[in-house]
Amino acid sequence: MVRLLLVLLFAAGLSAVAPGVASAQSEEQLLGTLQTSLSGPIEGVEIVVTTPDGDEVETVETDENGRWTVELPGPGQYVVTLDAEQLPEGVGLSGADTRTITVDEGRRQGVLFSLTDGSRGGGGGVRAIQLFVDGLRFGLLIAMAAVGLSLIFGTTGLTNFAHGELVTAGALVAWFVNVGGGVPLVAAAVIAMIVGAGIGALNEVGLWRPLRRRGTGLIAALVVSIGLSLLLRYLFQIIYGGASEAYADFRGQRAVDYGLFRMTNADLASIVISLGVLLLVAVMLQRTKIGKAMRAVADNRDLAASSGINVNQVILFVWMMGGALAALGGVLLGLSDEVQWDMGFRLLLLMFAGVTLGGLGTAYGALVGSIVVGVFVQMSTLVIPNDVKYVGGLLLLIVILIIRPQGILGSRARVG
Amino acid sequence: MPADEQPGPHGAATASTAGAPRRLAQAALRDVPWEVGVAKPDPAVVVDDVRRTFGGLTAVSVDHLEIQRGGITGLIGPNGAGKTTLFNLLTGFDQPNSGSWSFDGKSLSDLGPHQVARLGVVRTFQLTKALSRLTVLQNMLLGAQDQKGERFFSALVPGRWRAQERANTEKAMELLGRFKLDAKKDDFAGTLSGGQRKLLEMARALMSDPKVVMLDEPMAGVNPALTQSLLGHVKDLREQGMTVIFVEHDMDVVRDISDWVVVMAAGKVIAEGPPESISQNQAVVDAYLGAHHDAPLTIEEEDQVLAEAVARIAEEEGAEISSDDGEKAR
Amino acid sequence: MGELLDALAIALKAGLGFQAVLFALLAVGINIQFGYTGLLNFGQIAFALFGGFGIAVSVSQWGLNFWVGVVIGLLAAVLLALLLGLPTLRLRADYLAIATIATAEGLRLLFRSVSATPVTGGTRGLAGFNRDFIALAPWETARRYSILGATWSGGELWVAFVGWLLVALACLLVWSLVRSPWGRVVKSIREDEDAVRALGKNVYAYKIQALVLGGIFGALGGMIYAVGTGSAIPDQYQNANTFLAYAALILGGAARVLGPVVGAAILLFLIQFADTGLRTLISNGIIPEGLLSSTDVAQIRFVLVGLGLMLLLIFRPQGIFGDRREVMLDAR
Repeated sequence: MVRLLLVLLFAAGLSAVAPGVASAQSEEQLLGTLQTSLSGPIEGVEIVVTTPDGDEVETVETDENGRWTVELPGPGQYVVTLDAEQLPEGVGLSGADTRTITVDEGRRQGVLFSLTDGSRGGGGGVRAIQLFVDGLRFGLLIAMAAVGLSLIFGTTGLTNFAHGELVTAGALVAWFVNVGGGVPLVAAAVIAMIVGAGIGALNEVGLWRPLRRRGTGLIAALVVSIGLSLLLRYLFQIIYGGASEAYADFRGQRAVDYGLFRMTNADLASIVISLGVLLLVAVMLQRTKIGKAMRAVADNRDLAASSGINVNQVILFVWMMGGALAALGGVLLGLSDEVQWDMGFRLLLLMFAGVTLGGLGTAYGALVGSIVVGVFVQMSTLVIPNDVKYVGGLLLLIVILIIRPQGILGSRARVG
Repeated sequence: MPADEQPGPHGAATASTAGAPRRLAQAALRDVPWEVGVAKPDPAVVVDDVRRTFGGLTAVSVDHLEIQRGGITGLIGPNGAGKTTLFNLLTGFDQPNSGSWSFDGKSLSDLGPHQVARLGVVRTFQLTKALSRLTVLQNMLLGAQDQKGERFFSALVPGRWRAQERANTEKAMELLGRFKLDAKKDDFAGTLSGGQRKLLEMARALMSDPKVVMLDEPMAGVNPALTQSLLGHVKDLREQGMTVIFVEHDMDVVRDISDWVVVMAAGKVIAEGPPESISQNQAVVDAYLGAHHDAPLTIEEEDQVLAEAVARIAEEEGAEISSDDGEKAR
Repeated sequence: MGELLDALAIALKAGLGFQAVLFALLAVGINIQFGYTGLLNFGQIAFALFGGFGIAVSVSQWGLNFWVGVVIGLLAAVLLALLLGLPTLRLRADYLAIATIATAEGLRLLFRSVSATPVTGGTRGLAGFNRDFIALAPWETARRYSILGATWSGGELWVAFVGWLLVALACLLVWSLVRSPWGRVVKSIREDEDAVRALGKNVYAYKIQALVLGGIFGALGGMIYAVGTGSAIPDQYQNANTFLAYAALILGGAARVLGPVVGAAILLFLIQFADTGLRTLISNGIIPEGLLSSTDVAQIRFVLVGLGLMLLLIFRPQGIFGDRREVMLDAR
């Protein structure tokens, strides 16, 4: 309960910040611009705006500057759909082709569709390299978010379906601090990590530790985590709304050409940060006392307890670390794919894929598995359309379950 | 078993008075040399070259072992000797790295646990598996084989399974009467005491009319008052022509009821022979009896030794590869 | 006072309407899988998706007969259950949970994708496939009828009537199954798989049967829903609905034949009542717009469901009518 109250308080605080973003205008509008760094503005793409019930408001085409505007009948929720088939050769959608946007009174709301131009002009081999690099970035990001998921499973046996919400929380906190508070993104990310660690600790102290003490079964705990996930996810939507937004100063990033592939500076930073953080995590697990204790508890909780390790303290630390890493993962995901209320939940399924691939409960397994999943998901767009690439990742998950349920690094356990 | 043949308050007494078949099994084994891997006159179960390793630890490594039909074979050995692992392998609950084994000449090597059970080889577990939220009677009925009502579509037509269910209920009540559980038939199994659960598990196994009964520490955690009655029931199984293999720590119990004893240590069979031969065997004295001669381990001691062994295995495994999640989730 | 009565009437309609039928059937399926057998199917909505789109695609896109569509939907659900169950049911319970939740989300994304648009209608979905079914109604479907203070169209009444008939049949089937030896085996699997294996039962086969049966109920629910709304849109099949069905099941009591049905009716009543009530309070200015706008109300229901699910599991896992002794939730 303490936890919920805190979240609500937090929400109240944030909604006081949010209105500052909107500029006061008399008419509600939806508007946007379609362009990529390679193709420039894209003209003549159909944009359809409907109400959530499916009634059409207006259909427009982008002008020669790639711009489009739709006058709205009033504030409320609208669904914006882009006809991806009308995009020029070489340009694709990197996310969904629809956005659900909540427009407040008198607000001109921007709608961003993230487009990719990759290096599609450069032929299959080059494109594969490009996708591989993208995949590496994405995989490292999944890995960072998933290390906590795997270690929590290892130390407590809990399959935490609310882990995705830790990711979203990180991205949202950073967004509010960055866009609403005008704090530079790097500082905002650090704040997000601290808040993430706090949320992780609250999770453990406020919910899971008492439940363990009550002797709640693992399956009951799993369903509780689903409830928590649902609760937080829709609370996020209420607080943040259905829009998809970028961080300040990171709209319309330009890609830098590295010969074989192109990458924005933000993406490069994302790779460097993930690699650095993951290395730090590995060193911590391998060298420090608390890291060794974490591995010991994950290997065999009873044995660790009997050899004098304070198991509850280790688990608390795992939650805090997991929360902070997930929050950072969320910030990086928001940087590349924009911030959305359910971004963490969608990533959760890929985290599960990565963790399962690597072997549930192992730290390094989660790392390796996640990178494989990230690369697989990105490279699968060589064969399948971009908007179903997550489906490819989920398919991979099921294939893993058939072939090697114990994962890459898991031992040949007796599994039924 | 005829309904009027009540086992009486001392099942053990009944068994020893009707001791003719026991002498048969014993007689058959009398001329068998006391050697590891020796051939038996009428083997029911034959094991060949079975190996199972966990990480770097060899849990079971048995070259050749035969179990005499219609006798009680005791399986003993210090903790961590691989007795339970061998049970798991023989009943399909675990897969070996290599090896083969058979029952009545039929290979069991590639069969799942339920297929092994259907051939008439049933087992009980060291930690009893009473189905807590089912009643005692439902537990018993689950043990019956070839039930028409257990098939999905037949289940929907009560006419097809009513008669069989009635017959099974009668059989279950008769067995429950023998095991002194008939008054508890409508209680949830979760409410029974530890000893009663052991009895229920054995009775449930008997519902399937097994040919081989494998009991994993049937006496562990049972209060002394029930021990005698449990022993009586085990002897009864032999009187009814079943082959019994059981794991036990208490040497007095083993001496009392076994026709043949197999000793394991560190995954290997180190000795076999009639009960009286075991205490004379130097390898056994070294490996097993040296520390606890004539003094059975207390439960606390057993638990402690067991915990150490588990910890050792976990450590070995943990060192090899990071974790064994299959066990942890249970 | 009048507004309160209106809100009650609307909520009552929701508790008896075809939406409640959807959740009742989803929950009856989950009851077989989770309540009796102990399987964690977290993607039940995918079966409803296959049911609804089975009819929609067959009729609207392929021009087939309505009833052929029903058969196709059911077959698709069976196939999905087998695809999910065959690889995962030999493994620990979590694996089925992960595979099903991933599949439910993946299928929705696939159905709404650009490449699937020629078949599924993409984000806009399909419509106009329920005429043959509505035409079967013995009363006039275009008229509106007033029942218990709420207005129902004849079509809605017909769909709800057939829906509850299906629910009744499903309950009858479940009832006769769980009191048979088959039911004894699946309940035992929920308690301890290994004990059941040691007694010669093919646990794997029983689990697959339970998964398929529950999936069929889910598909039927999806069909009723699609026929009731007259359209099939992928985004109607959000996986949050699966957890709504779990909440309904646990509210009414898992491992009880009527538990999921009662739970679904009560849950939808409560959600609709909260929904209408909140909107009324907002439009009356009792709740200030700044705190909660009427567009947020739709999300509030999931927040409440999530909270309710947590509280139920922690404090009353047997549900409101349940028997504490026969809940599986605190097992293992």
